[in-house]
Amino acid sequence: MIEIINLSKSFNGKPVLKKLNLTVQSGETLVVIGRSGCGKSVLLKHIIGIMRPEGGQILIDGEDVARAKGRELERIRMKFGMLFQGSALFDSLTIGENVGFALQEHTTMDERSVATRVRECLQMVGLKGIEEMKPSELSGGMRKRVGLARAIARNPQLILYDEPTTGIDPIMGDAINDLIKALHDKLKVTSIAVTHDMTSAYKIASRIAMLYDGKIVEVGTSEEIRHTSNPIVRQFVTGAATGPITTEE
Amino acid sequence: MGNPLRVQQIAGVWIGMGVRFITFLEYIGGLITLFVQTLLWILVPPLKSKRIFQQMCVIGVESLPIVSLIALFIGIVLALQSAYQMQKLSADIYIASLVSLSVTREIGPVITALVVAGRVGAAMAAELGTMKVTEQIDALETLATNPVKYLVVPRFVATTFMLPILTIYADYIGILGGYLFGVYKLGIGSALYWKMTYNPLVLKDVFTGLIKSVFFGMIIAMIGCYEGFRVEGGAEGVGRATTLAVVISFVLIIAADCLFTTLFYFAF
Ligand SMILES: Nc1ncnc2c1ncn2[C@@H]1O[C@H](COP(=O)(O)OP(=O)(O)OP(=O)(O)O)[C@@H](O)[C@H]1O
Ligand SMILES: [Mg+2]
Repeated sequence: MIEIINLSKSFNGKPVLKKLNLTVQSGETLVVIGRSGCGKSVLLKHIIGIMRPEGGQILIDGEDVARAKGRELERIRMKFGMLFQGSALFDSLTIGENVGFALQEHTTMDERSVATRVRECLQMVGLKGIEEMKPSELSGGMRKRVGLARAIARNPQLILYDEPTTGIDPIMGDAINDLIKALHDKLKVTSIAVTHDMTSAYKIASRIAMLYDGKIVEVGTSEEIRHTSNPIVRQFVTGAATGPITTEE
Repeated sequence: MGNPLRVQQIAGVWIGMGVRFITFLEYIGGLITLFVQTLLWILVPPLKSKRIFQQMCVIGVESLPIVSLIALFIGIVLALQSAYQMQKLSADIYIASLVSLSVTREIGPVITALVVAGRVGAAMAAELGTMKVTEQIDALETLATNPVKYLVVPRFVATTFMLPILTIYADYIGILGGYLFGVYKLGIGSALYWKMTYNPLVLKDVFTGLIKSVFFGMIIAMIGCYEGFRVEGGAEGVGRATTLAVVISFVLIIAADCLFTTLFYFAF
Protein backbone atom coordinates (compact mmCIF):
# COMPACT_ATOMS: atom_id res chain seq x y z
CA MET A 1 0.00 0.00 0.00
CA ILE A 2 1.17 3.51 -0.85
CA GLU A 3 0.08 6.38 1.37
CA ILE A 4 0.94 9.94 0.46
CA ILE A 5 0.35 12.42 3.25
CA ASN A 6 0.50 16.21 2.88
CA LEU A 7 3.12 16.05 0.13
CA SER A 8 4.46 19.49 -0.81
CA LYS A 9 7.00 20.46 -3.43
CA SER A 10 7.91 23.69 -5.16
CA PHE A 11 10.47 24.64 -7.80
CA ASN A 12 12.18 28.02 -7.56
CA GLY A 13 9.45 29.27 -5.25
CA LYS A 14 6.64 28.05 -7.53
CA PRO A 15 4.53 25.45 -5.71
CA VAL A 16 3.72 22.37 -7.78
CA LEU A 17 2.34 19.98 -5.15
CA LYS A 18 0.42 21.55 -2.28
CA LYS A 19 -0.24 19.19 0.64
CA LEU A 20 -1.34 16.40 -1.62
CA ASN A 21 -2.99 13.33 -0.09
CA LEU A 22 -3.53 10.04 -1.87
CA THR A 23 -3.77 6.38 -0.90
CA VAL A 24 -3.20 3.50 -3.28
CA GLN A 25 -4.47 0.11 -2.11
CA SER A 26 -2.46 -3.04 -2.64
CA GLY A 27 -3.31 -4.69 -5.91
CA GLU A 28 -5.16 -1.79 -7.47
CA THR A 29 -4.29 0.23 -10.55
CA LEU A 30 -4.70 3.90 -9.79
CA VAL A 31 -4.73 6.22 -12.77
CA VAL A 32 -3.68 9.81 -12.19
CA ILE A 33 -5.07 12.28 -14.70
CA GLY A 34 -4.42 15.99 -14.93
CA ARG A 35 -3.33 18.73 -17.25
CA SER A 36 0.09 18.95 -18.76
CA GLY A 37 2.49 20.56 -16.31
CA CYS A 38 0.32 20.00 -13.24
CA GLY A 39 2.89 17.81 -11.54
CA LYS A 40 2.04 14.22 -12.40
CA SER A 41 5.59 13.21 -13.27
CA VAL A 42 6.85 15.06 -10.21
CA LEU A 43 4.42 13.03 -8.08
CA LEU A 44 5.72 9.72 -9.47
CA LYS A 45 9.33 10.76 -8.92
CA HIS A 46 8.55 11.46 -5.27
CA ILE A 47 6.94 8.07 -4.80
CA ILE A 48 10.09 6.27 -5.91
CA GLY A 49 12.35 8.69 -4.03
CA ILE A 50 14.28 10.37 -6.84
CA MET A 51 12.83 13.72 -5.81
CA ARG A 52 12.74 14.87 -2.21
CA PRO A 53 9.65 16.62 -0.88
CA GLU A 54 9.68 19.86 1.07
CA GLY A 55 7.07 18.47 3.39
CA GLY A 56 4.93 15.42 3.97
CA GLN A 57 5.38 11.68 3.92
CA ILE A 58 5.25 8.92 1.35
CA LEU A 59 4.72 5.59 3.03
CA ILE A 60 5.41 2.42 1.06
CA ASP A 61 4.06 -0.44 3.17
CA GLY A 62 4.59 1.85 6.15
CA GLU A 63 8.15 2.94 5.32
CA ASP A 64 8.75 6.59 4.51
CA VAL A 65 10.57 6.95 1.17
CA ALA A 66 11.06 10.66 1.73
CA ARG A 67 13.28 9.99 4.74
CA ALA A 68 14.94 6.76 3.62
CA LYS A 69 18.62 6.78 2.69
CA GLY A 70 21.28 4.46 1.34
CA ARG A 71 20.61 0.73 1.65
CA GLU A 72 17.13 1.25 3.05
CA LEU A 73 16.13 3.42 0.10
CA GLU A 74 17.66 0.91 -2.29
CA ARG A 75 15.66 -1.89 -0.69
CA ILE A 76 12.42 0.07 -1.06
CA ARG A 77 13.25 0.85 -4.67
CA MET A 78 13.78 -2.84 -5.39
CA LYS A 79 10.02 -3.24 -4.98
CA PHE A 80 9.40 -0.80 -7.83
CA GLY A 81 9.52 -0.74 -11.55
CA MET A 82 9.19 2.59 -13.29
CA LEU A 83 8.45 3.60 -16.85
CA PHE A 84 9.66 7.13 -17.55
CA GLN A 85 7.71 9.56 -19.69
CA GLY A 86 10.78 9.99 -21.93
CA SER A 87 11.70 6.27 -21.64
CA ALA A 88 15.15 7.16 -20.18
CA LEU A 89 16.84 4.15 -21.77
CA PHE A 90 20.60 3.92 -21.21
CA ASP A 91 21.90 4.89 -24.60
CA SER A 92 25.34 3.39 -24.11
CA LEU A 93 23.80 -0.06 -23.61
CA THR A 94 21.97 -2.33 -26.05
CA ILE A 95 18.24 -2.96 -25.76
CA GLY A 96 18.93 -6.38 -24.25
CA GLU A 97 21.27 -4.90 -21.64
CA ASN A 98 18.72 -2.20 -20.86
CA VAL A 99 15.88 -4.62 -20.25
CA GLY A 100 18.09 -7.05 -18.33
CA PHE A 101 19.81 -4.30 -16.33
CA ALA A 102 18.23 -4.95 -12.94
CA LEU A 103 18.56 -8.70 -13.41
CA GLN A 104 22.28 -8.36 -14.13
CA GLU A 105 22.89 -5.97 -11.26
CA HIS A 106 20.73 -7.38 -8.54
CA THR A 107 20.20 -11.07 -9.08
CA THR A 108 22.46 -14.05 -9.40
CA MET A 109 20.73 -15.24 -12.56
CA ASP A 110 23.10 -16.64 -15.17
CA GLU A 111 23.34 -15.05 -18.60
CA ARG A 112 21.14 -17.58 -20.34
CA SER A 113 18.19 -17.07 -17.98
CA VAL A 114 18.62 -13.31 -18.14
CA ALA A 115 18.48 -13.50 -21.93
CA THR A 116 15.36 -15.66 -21.75
CA ARG A 117 13.63 -13.24 -19.40
CA VAL A 118 14.64 -10.28 -21.59
CA ARG A 119 13.16 -11.96 -24.66
CA GLU A 120 9.98 -12.75 -22.73
CA CYS A 121 9.56 -9.14 -21.55
CA LEU A 122 10.20 -7.71 -25.01
CA GLN A 123 7.64 -10.12 -26.43
CA MET A 124 5.07 -8.90 -23.90
CA VAL A 125 5.40 -5.39 -25.30
CA GLY A 126 5.29 -6.62 -28.90
CA LEU A 127 8.97 -6.41 -29.76
CA LYS A 128 11.17 -9.16 -31.10
CA GLY A 129 14.77 -9.65 -32.12
CA ILE A 130 15.99 -6.16 -31.23
CA GLU A 131 18.22 -7.15 -28.30
CA GLU A 132 21.42 -6.15 -30.05
CA MET A 133 20.20 -2.74 -31.21
CA LYS A 134 20.96 0.56 -29.49
CA PRO A 135 18.14 2.84 -28.23
CA SER A 136 19.06 5.49 -30.81
CA GLU A 137 18.07 3.07 -33.58
CA LEU A 138 14.47 2.76 -32.36
CA SER A 139 11.40 4.93 -32.85
CA GLY A 140 9.92 6.87 -29.92
CA GLY A 141 7.09 4.39 -29.45
CA MET A 142 9.47 1.43 -29.56
CA ARG A 143 11.66 3.08 -26.93
CA LYS A 144 8.61 3.58 -24.75
CA ARG A 145 7.83 -0.12 -24.99
CA VAL A 146 11.41 -1.08 -24.21
CA GLY A 147 11.14 1.20 -21.17
CA LEU A 148 8.05 -0.73 -20.16
CA ALA A 149 9.82 -4.06 -20.64
CA ARG A 150 12.68 -2.81 -18.45
CA ALA A 151 10.23 -1.71 -15.75
CA ILE A 152 8.56 -5.12 -15.51
CA ALA A 153 11.64 -7.32 -16.02
CA ARG A 154 12.29 -8.05 -12.36
CA ASN A 155 8.63 -8.73 -11.52
CA PRO A 156 8.20 -5.72 -9.23
CA GLN A 157 5.31 -5.59 -6.77
CA LEU A 158 4.76 -1.91 -7.54
CA ILE A 159 4.86 -0.34 -10.98
CA LEU A 160 4.77 3.34 -11.87
CA TYR A 161 3.82 4.13 -15.47
CA ASP A 162 4.36 7.66 -16.76
CA GLU A 163 2.14 7.93 -19.84
CA PRO A 164 2.46 4.32 -21.01
CA THR A 165 0.43 4.80 -24.20
CA THR A 166 1.54 8.27 -25.30
CA GLY A 167 3.29 8.22 -28.66
CA ILE A 168 2.15 4.69 -29.42
CA ASP A 169 -0.33 3.82 -32.17
CA PRO A 170 -3.88 2.95 -30.99
CA ILE A 171 -3.58 -0.76 -31.73
CA MET A 172 -0.30 -1.15 -29.86
CA GLY A 173 -1.69 1.22 -27.22
CA ASP A 174 -4.55 -1.16 -26.59
CA ALA A 175 -2.12 -4.06 -26.35
CA ILE A 176 -0.22 -2.09 -23.69
CA ASN A 177 -3.51 -1.53 -21.85
CA ASP A 178 -4.12 -5.28 -21.95
CA LEU A 179 -0.64 -5.90 -20.60
CA ILE A 180 -1.16 -3.49 -17.70
CA LYS A 181 -4.51 -5.17 -16.98
CA ALA A 182 -2.91 -8.60 -17.11
CA LEU A 183 -0.18 -7.57 -14.66
CA HIS A 184 -2.94 -6.33 -12.39
CA ASP A 185 -5.21 -9.35 -12.74
CA LYS A 186 -2.66 -12.15 -12.77
CA LEU A 187 0.30 -10.86 -10.79
CA LYS A 188 -1.65 -8.60 -8.42
CA VAL A 189 0.82 -5.76 -8.80
CA THR A 190 0.00 -2.37 -7.37
CA SER A 191 0.33 0.31 -10.01
CA ILE A 192 0.06 4.01 -10.51
CA ALA A 193 -0.35 5.13 -14.09
CA VAL A 194 -0.24 8.71 -15.30
CA THR A 195 -2.05 9.43 -18.51
CA HIS A 196 -3.97 11.97 -20.59
CA ASP A 197 -5.55 9.22 -22.60
CA MET A 198 -9.06 8.77 -21.15
CA THR A 199 -9.81 5.62 -23.17
CA SER A 200 -6.76 4.00 -21.66
CA ALA A 201 -7.60 5.37 -18.22
CA TYR A 202 -11.13 3.89 -18.24
CA LYS A 203 -9.79 0.59 -19.44
CA ILE A 204 -7.00 -0.01 -16.94
CA ALA A 205 -8.11 1.88 -13.85
CA SER A 206 -9.39 0.39 -10.64
CA ARG A 207 -9.76 3.98 -9.57
CA ILE A 208 -9.01 7.33 -11.19
CA ALA A 209 -7.61 10.36 -9.36
CA MET A 210 -7.53 13.85 -10.77
CA LEU A 211 -4.60 16.13 -9.92
CA TYR A 212 -5.39 19.80 -10.16
CA ASP A 213 -3.68 22.82 -8.65
CA GLY A 214 -1.27 20.72 -6.58
CA LYS A 215 -3.95 18.54 -4.97
CA ILE A 216 -6.03 15.49 -5.71
CA VAL A 217 -9.46 17.02 -6.34
CA GLU A 218 -11.37 13.79 -6.88
CA VAL A 219 -10.85 10.05 -6.65
CA GLY A 220 -13.32 7.46 -7.90
CA THR A 221 -13.95 4.44 -10.04
CA SER A 222 -14.17 4.86 -13.82
CA GLU A 223 -17.97 5.04 -13.56
CA GLU A 224 -17.90 7.63 -10.81
CA ILE A 225 -15.44 9.78 -12.75
CA ARG A 226 -17.45 9.45 -15.95
CA HIS A 227 -20.56 10.74 -14.22
CA THR A 228 -18.92 13.17 -11.85
CA SER A 229 -20.58 16.34 -10.70
CA ASN A 230 -17.26 18.10 -10.10
CA PRO A 231 -17.06 20.67 -12.93
CA ILE A 232 -13.25 20.59 -13.07
CA VAL A 233 -13.09 16.82 -13.49
CA ARG A 234 -16.04 16.89 -15.84
CA GLN A 235 -14.36 19.43 -18.11
CA PHE A 236 -11.15 17.38 -18.18
CA VAL A 237 -12.70 14.01 -18.96
CA THR A 238 -14.95 15.41 -21.66
CA GLY A 239 -12.08 17.47 -23.06
CA ALA A 240 -13.93 20.79 -23.28
CA ALA A 241 -11.99 23.99 -23.90
CA THR A 242 -14.43 26.07 -21.90
CA GLY A 243 -15.19 25.57 -18.23
CA PRO A 244 -13.67 26.25 -14.83
CA ILE A 245 -10.18 25.33 -16.13
CA THR A 246 -8.91 27.98 -18.51
CA THR A 247 -6.29 27.36 -21.19
CA GLU A 248 -4.27 30.34 -20.00
CA GLU A 249 -1.84 30.06 -17.12
CA MET B 1 27.86 59.44 4.85
CA GLY B 2 24.29 60.57 4.33
CA ASN B 3 24.05 59.27 0.75
CA PRO B 4 21.71 56.27 0.89
CA LEU B 5 22.22 55.38 -2.79
CA ARG B 6 25.96 55.10 -2.33
CA VAL B 7 25.52 52.98 0.80
CA GLN B 8 23.17 50.73 -1.10
CA GLN B 9 25.66 50.32 -3.95
CA ILE B 10 28.45 49.38 -1.58
CA ALA B 11 26.20 46.92 0.22
CA GLY B 12 25.28 45.46 -3.18
CA VAL B 13 28.90 44.82 -4.05
CA TRP B 14 29.53 43.06 -0.76
CA ILE B 15 26.39 40.96 -1.05
CA GLY B 16 27.36 40.02 -4.59
CA MET B 17 30.76 38.90 -3.41
CA GLY B 18 29.21 37.01 -0.53
CA VAL B 19 26.88 35.12 -2.86
CA ARG B 20 29.77 34.20 -5.15
CA PHE B 21 31.79 33.00 -2.22
CA ILE B 22 28.93 30.83 -0.98
CA THR B 23 28.45 29.38 -4.49
CA PHE B 24 32.16 28.62 -4.53
CA LEU B 25 32.00 26.92 -1.15
CA GLU B 26 28.98 24.91 -2.28
CA TYR B 27 30.91 23.77 -5.33
CA ILE B 28 33.90 22.69 -3.28
CA GLY B 29 31.63 21.02 -0.75
CA GLY B 30 29.81 19.07 -3.45
CA LEU B 31 33.08 18.05 -5.06
CA ILE B 32 34.54 16.79 -1.80
CA THR B 33 31.33 14.91 -1.02
CA LEU B 34 31.47 13.19 -4.41
CA PHE B 35 35.14 12.37 -3.87
CA VAL B 36 34.48 10.79 -0.47
CA GLN B 37 31.47 8.86 -1.83
CA THR B 38 33.61 7.58 -4.69
CA LEU B 39 36.33 6.37 -2.32
CA LEU B 40 33.74 4.64 -0.13
CA TRP B 41 31.98 2.99 -3.07
CA ILE B 42 35.31 1.64 -4.34
CA LEU B 43 35.46 -0.37 -1.12
CA VAL B 44 31.94 -1.75 -1.50
CA PRO B 45 32.00 -4.99 -3.49
CA PRO B 46 31.42 -5.99 -6.19
CA LEU B 47 33.94 -3.94 -8.13
CA LYS B 48 32.84 -4.64 -11.70
CA SER B 49 36.13 -5.12 -13.51
CA LYS B 50 34.43 -5.22 -16.91
CA ARG B 51 33.30 -1.61 -16.67
CA ILE B 52 36.68 -0.46 -15.35
CA PHE B 53 38.40 -2.23 -18.21
CA GLN B 54 36.05 -0.59 -20.72
CA GLN B 55 36.91 2.82 -19.31
CA MET B 56 40.61 2.01 -19.34
CA CYS B 57 40.39 1.36 -23.06
CA VAL B 58 38.56 4.61 -23.67
CA ILE B 59 40.86 6.64 -21.45
CA GLY B 60 44.20 4.98 -22.07
CA VAL B 61 44.31 3.25 -25.41
CA GLU B 62 42.29 5.83 -27.30
CA SER B 63 44.41 8.67 -25.93
CA LEU B 64 47.64 7.12 -27.24
CA PRO B 65 47.74 8.78 -30.68
CA ILE B 66 47.19 12.34 -29.46
CA VAL B 67 49.53 11.89 -26.48
CA SER B 68 52.24 10.53 -28.80
CA LEU B 69 51.91 13.38 -31.20
CA ILE B 70 52.04 16.09 -28.59
CA ALA B 71 54.83 14.51 -26.53
CA LEU B 72 56.95 14.10 -29.65
CA PHE B 73 56.55 17.73 -30.64
CA ILE B 74 57.20 18.94 -27.13
CA GLY B 75 60.41 16.88 -27.02
CA ILE B 76 61.61 18.41 -30.28
CA VAL B 77 60.70 21.92 -29.20
CA LEU B 78 62.44 21.50 -25.85
CA ALA B 79 65.63 20.37 -27.59
CA LEU B 80 65.36 23.27 -30.04
CA GLN B 81 64.89 25.88 -27.36
CA SER B 82 67.71 24.62 -25.21
CA ALA B 83 69.99 24.34 -28.24
CA TYR B 84 69.46 28.04 -28.74
CA GLN B 85 71.15 28.70 -25.38
CA MET B 86 73.48 25.76 -25.04
CA GLN B 87 75.15 26.30 -28.38
CA LYS B 88 76.33 29.71 -27.21
CA LEU B 89 78.10 27.97 -24.34
CA SER B 90 79.26 25.15 -26.60
CA ALA B 91 77.45 22.79 -24.29
CA ASP B 92 75.25 21.07 -26.90
CA ILE B 93 75.62 17.74 -25.23
CA TYR B 94 73.69 18.87 -22.14
CA ILE B 95 70.60 19.24 -24.27
CA ALA B 96 70.00 15.53 -23.76
CA SER B 97 70.05 15.83 -19.98
CA LEU B 98 67.92 18.94 -20.04
CA VAL B 99 65.26 17.28 -22.16
CA SER B 100 65.17 14.09 -20.14
CA LEU B 101 64.94 15.90 -16.81
CA SER B 102 62.33 18.43 -17.79
CA VAL B 103 60.22 15.82 -19.58
CA THR B 104 60.15 13.28 -16.75
CA ARG B 105 59.84 15.75 -13.90
CA GLU B 106 57.45 18.24 -15.37
CA ILE B 107 56.41 18.33 -18.99
CA GLY B 108 55.44 14.67 -19.37
CA PRO B 109 53.01 14.49 -16.45
CA VAL B 110 51.49 17.92 -17.02
CA ILE B 111 51.07 17.74 -20.78
CA THR B 112 49.60 14.24 -20.56
CA ALA B 113 47.17 15.38 -17.89
CA LEU B 114 46.10 18.41 -19.92
CA VAL B 115 45.58 16.33 -23.05
CA VAL B 116 43.56 13.72 -21.15
CA ALA B 117 41.55 16.41 -19.37
CA GLY B 118 40.64 17.94 -22.72
CA ARG B 119 39.74 14.61 -24.23
CA VAL B 120 38.45 12.42 -21.45
CA GLY B 121 37.32 14.88 -18.78
CA ALA B 122 35.21 16.74 -21.32
CA ALA B 123 33.73 13.49 -22.62
CA MET B 124 32.80 12.40 -19.09
CA ALA B 125 31.03 15.69 -18.40
CA ALA B 126 29.18 15.47 -21.70
CA GLU B 127 28.15 11.84 -21.27
CA LEU B 128 27.03 12.10 -17.66
CA GLY B 129 25.41 15.46 -18.34
CA THR B 130 23.39 14.00 -21.19
CA MET B 131 22.39 11.10 -18.96
CA LYS B 132 21.28 13.59 -16.35
CA VAL B 133 19.06 15.65 -18.66
CA THR B 134 17.52 12.61 -20.32
CA GLU B 135 16.66 11.16 -16.88
CA GLN B 136 18.99 8.20 -17.33
CA ILE B 137 20.56 8.92 -13.95
CA ASP B 138 17.10 8.92 -12.38
CA ALA B 139 16.42 5.65 -14.18
CA LEU B 140 19.59 4.15 -12.70
CA GLU B 141 18.34 5.04 -9.24
CA THR B 142 14.92 3.54 -9.87
CA LEU B 143 16.74 0.35 -10.80
CA ALA B 144 18.29 0.50 -7.32
CA THR B 145 21.75 1.20 -8.74
CA ASN B 146 23.87 3.90 -7.22
CA PRO B 147 25.05 6.33 -9.93
CA VAL B 148 28.32 7.01 -8.10
CA LYS B 149 29.08 3.32 -7.90
CA TYR B 150 27.98 2.60 -11.45
CA LEU B 151 29.27 5.66 -13.29
CA VAL B 152 31.92 7.45 -11.24
CA VAL B 153 33.87 4.57 -9.69
CA PRO B 154 34.93 2.93 -13.00
CA ARG B 155 35.92 6.29 -14.48
CA PHE B 156 37.81 7.30 -11.37
CA VAL B 157 39.71 4.04 -11.04
CA ALA B 158 40.49 3.86 -14.74
CA THR B 159 41.74 7.45 -15.02
CA THR B 160 43.81 7.28 -11.86
CA PHE B 161 45.40 4.06 -13.07
CA MET B 162 45.86 4.95 -16.73
CA LEU B 163 47.25 8.46 -16.39
CA PRO B 164 50.60 7.39 -14.84
CA ILE B 165 50.94 4.74 -17.52
CA LEU B 166 50.26 7.26 -20.25
CA THR B 167 52.75 9.56 -18.54
CA ILE B 168 55.55 6.98 -18.68
CA TYR B 169 54.75 6.52 -22.33
CA ALA B 170 54.74 10.29 -22.95
CA ASP B 171 58.09 10.58 -21.14
CA TYR B 172 59.61 8.09 -23.58
CA ILE B 173 58.16 9.75 -26.64
CA GLY B 174 59.22 13.21 -25.45
CA ILE B 175 62.77 12.01 -24.93
CA LEU B 176 62.64 10.41 -28.36
CA GLY B 177 61.65 13.78 -29.85
CA GLY B 178 64.69 15.42 -28.27
CA TYR B 179 66.85 12.55 -29.48
CA LEU B 180 65.67 12.97 -33.09
CA PHE B 181 66.58 16.63 -33.06
CA GLY B 182 69.85 16.22 -31.14
CA VAL B 183 71.14 13.32 -33.17
CA TYR B 184 69.91 14.12 -36.67
CA LYS B 185 70.06 17.91 -36.64
CA LEU B 186 72.81 18.77 -34.18
CA GLY B 187 74.91 15.74 -34.97
CA ILE B 188 75.41 14.51 -31.41
CA GLY B 189 76.44 10.86 -31.40
CA SER B 190 73.56 8.50 -30.73
CA ALA B 191 75.29 6.55 -27.94
CA LEU B 192 76.47 9.73 -26.28
CA TYR B 193 72.97 11.23 -26.47
CA TRP B 194 71.44 8.21 -24.70
CA LYS B 195 74.16 8.27 -22.09
CA MET B 196 73.53 11.95 -21.36
CA THR B 197 69.81 11.23 -21.25
CA TYR B 198 70.04 8.48 -18.62
CA ASN B 199 73.03 9.61 -16.57
CA PRO B 200 71.43 12.50 -14.71
CA LEU B 201 68.10 10.71 -14.27
CA VAL B 202 67.50 9.24 -10.84
CA LEU B 203 64.50 7.23 -9.81
CA LYS B 204 63.16 10.20 -7.87
CA ASP B 205 62.74 12.26 -11.04
CA VAL B 206 60.49 9.73 -12.68
CA PHE B 207 58.78 8.81 -9.45
CA THR B 208 57.73 12.36 -8.48
CA GLY B 209 56.35 12.82 -11.98
CA LEU B 210 54.25 9.69 -11.56
CA ILE B 211 52.95 10.69 -8.13
CA LYS B 212 51.78 13.95 -9.66
CA SER B 213 50.04 12.16 -12.48
CA VAL B 214 48.10 9.95 -10.05
CA PHE B 215 46.63 13.09 -8.51
CA PHE B 216 46.03 14.66 -11.90
CA GLY B 217 44.07 11.55 -12.86
CA MET B 218 41.87 11.92 -9.79
CA ILE B 219 41.29 15.59 -10.60
CA ILE B 220 40.27 14.85 -14.19
CA ALA B 221 37.79 12.11 -13.27
CA MET B 222 36.27 13.96 -10.32
CA ILE B 223 35.76 17.24 -12.17
CA GLY B 224 34.44 15.52 -15.31
CA CYS B 225 31.90 13.48 -13.34
CA TYR B 226 30.94 16.27 -10.97
CA GLU B 227 30.28 18.70 -13.80
CA GLY B 228 28.22 16.02 -15.53
CA PHE B 229 26.08 15.43 -12.45
CA ARG B 230 25.52 19.15 -11.98
CA VAL B 231 24.00 19.68 -15.42
CA GLU B 232 20.58 21.27 -15.46
CA GLY B 233 18.39 22.01 -18.43
CA GLY B 234 19.12 20.49 -21.80
CA ALA B 235 21.83 20.62 -24.42
CA GLU B 236 22.92 24.10 -23.40
CA GLY B 237 23.70 22.91 -19.89
CA VAL B 238 25.66 19.96 -21.26
CA GLY B 239 27.76 22.30 -23.40
CA ARG B 240 28.48 24.57 -20.49
CA ALA B 241 29.43 21.66 -18.23
CA THR B 242 31.83 20.31 -20.85
CA THR B 243 33.63 23.63 -21.15
CA LEU B 244 33.70 24.11 -17.39
CA ALA B 245 35.07 20.60 -16.86
CA VAL B 246 38.03 21.36 -19.10
CA VAL B 247 38.70 24.83 -17.71
CA ILE B 248 38.43 23.78 -14.07
CA SER B 249 40.59 20.68 -14.52
CA PHE B 250 43.24 22.74 -16.31
CA VAL B 251 43.38 25.23 -13.47
CA LEU B 252 43.40 22.53 -10.79
CA ILE B 253 46.06 20.49 -12.60
CA ILE B 254 48.41 23.47 -12.88
CA ALA B 255 47.71 24.49 -9.29
CA ALA B 256 48.31 20.95 -8.01
CA ASP B 257 51.47 20.77 -10.09
CA CYS B 258 52.76 23.94 -8.48
CA LEU B 259 51.92 22.61 -5.03
CA PHE B 260 53.51 19.20 -5.54
CA THR B 261 56.62 20.56 -7.20
CA THR B 262 57.14 22.88 -4.25
CA LEU B 263 56.55 20.05 -1.81
CA PHE B 264 58.97 17.72 -3.59
CA TYR B 265 61.53 20.48 -3.87
CA PHE B 266 61.69 20.86 -0.13
CA ALA B 267 60.98 17.27 0.83
CA PHE B 268 63.57 15.47 -1.29
N1 LIG C 1 13.52 19.49 -12.24
C1 LIG C 1 12.65 20.52 -12.29
N2 LIG C 1 13.08 21.77 -12.06
C2 LIG C 1 12.22 22.81 -12.09
N3 LIG C 1 10.91 22.69 -12.34
C3 LIG C 1 10.42 21.48 -12.57
C4 LIG C 1 11.27 20.33 -12.56
N4 LIG C 1 10.50 19.25 -12.83
C5 LIG C 1 9.25 19.70 -13.00
N5 LIG C 1 9.18 21.04 -12.85
C6 LIG C 1 7.98 21.87 -12.95
O1 LIG C 1 6.97 21.19 -12.25
C7 LIG C 1 5.74 21.29 -12.95
C8 LIG C 1 5.14 19.91 -13.13
O2 LIG C 1 5.95 19.14 -14.00
P1 LIG C 1 5.59 17.65 -14.40
O3 LIG C 1 6.69 17.18 -15.28
O4 LIG C 1 5.29 16.88 -13.19
O5 LIG C 1 4.26 17.84 -15.26
P2 LIG C 1 3.31 16.71 -15.80
O6 LIG C 1 2.05 16.80 -15.05
O7 LIG C 1 4.01 15.40 -15.80
O8 LIG C 1 3.07 17.21 -17.28
P3 LIG C 1 3.00 16.37 -18.64
O9 LIG C 1 1.66 15.77 -18.68
O10 LIG C 1 3.19 17.41 -19.70
O11 LIG C 1 4.11 15.38 -18.59
C9 LIG C 1 6.03 21.99 -14.25
O12 LIG C 1 5.51 23.30 -14.14
C10 LIG C 1 7.51 22.04 -14.37
O13 LIG C 1 7.90 23.28 -14.86
MG1 LIG D 1 4.82 14.22 -17.11
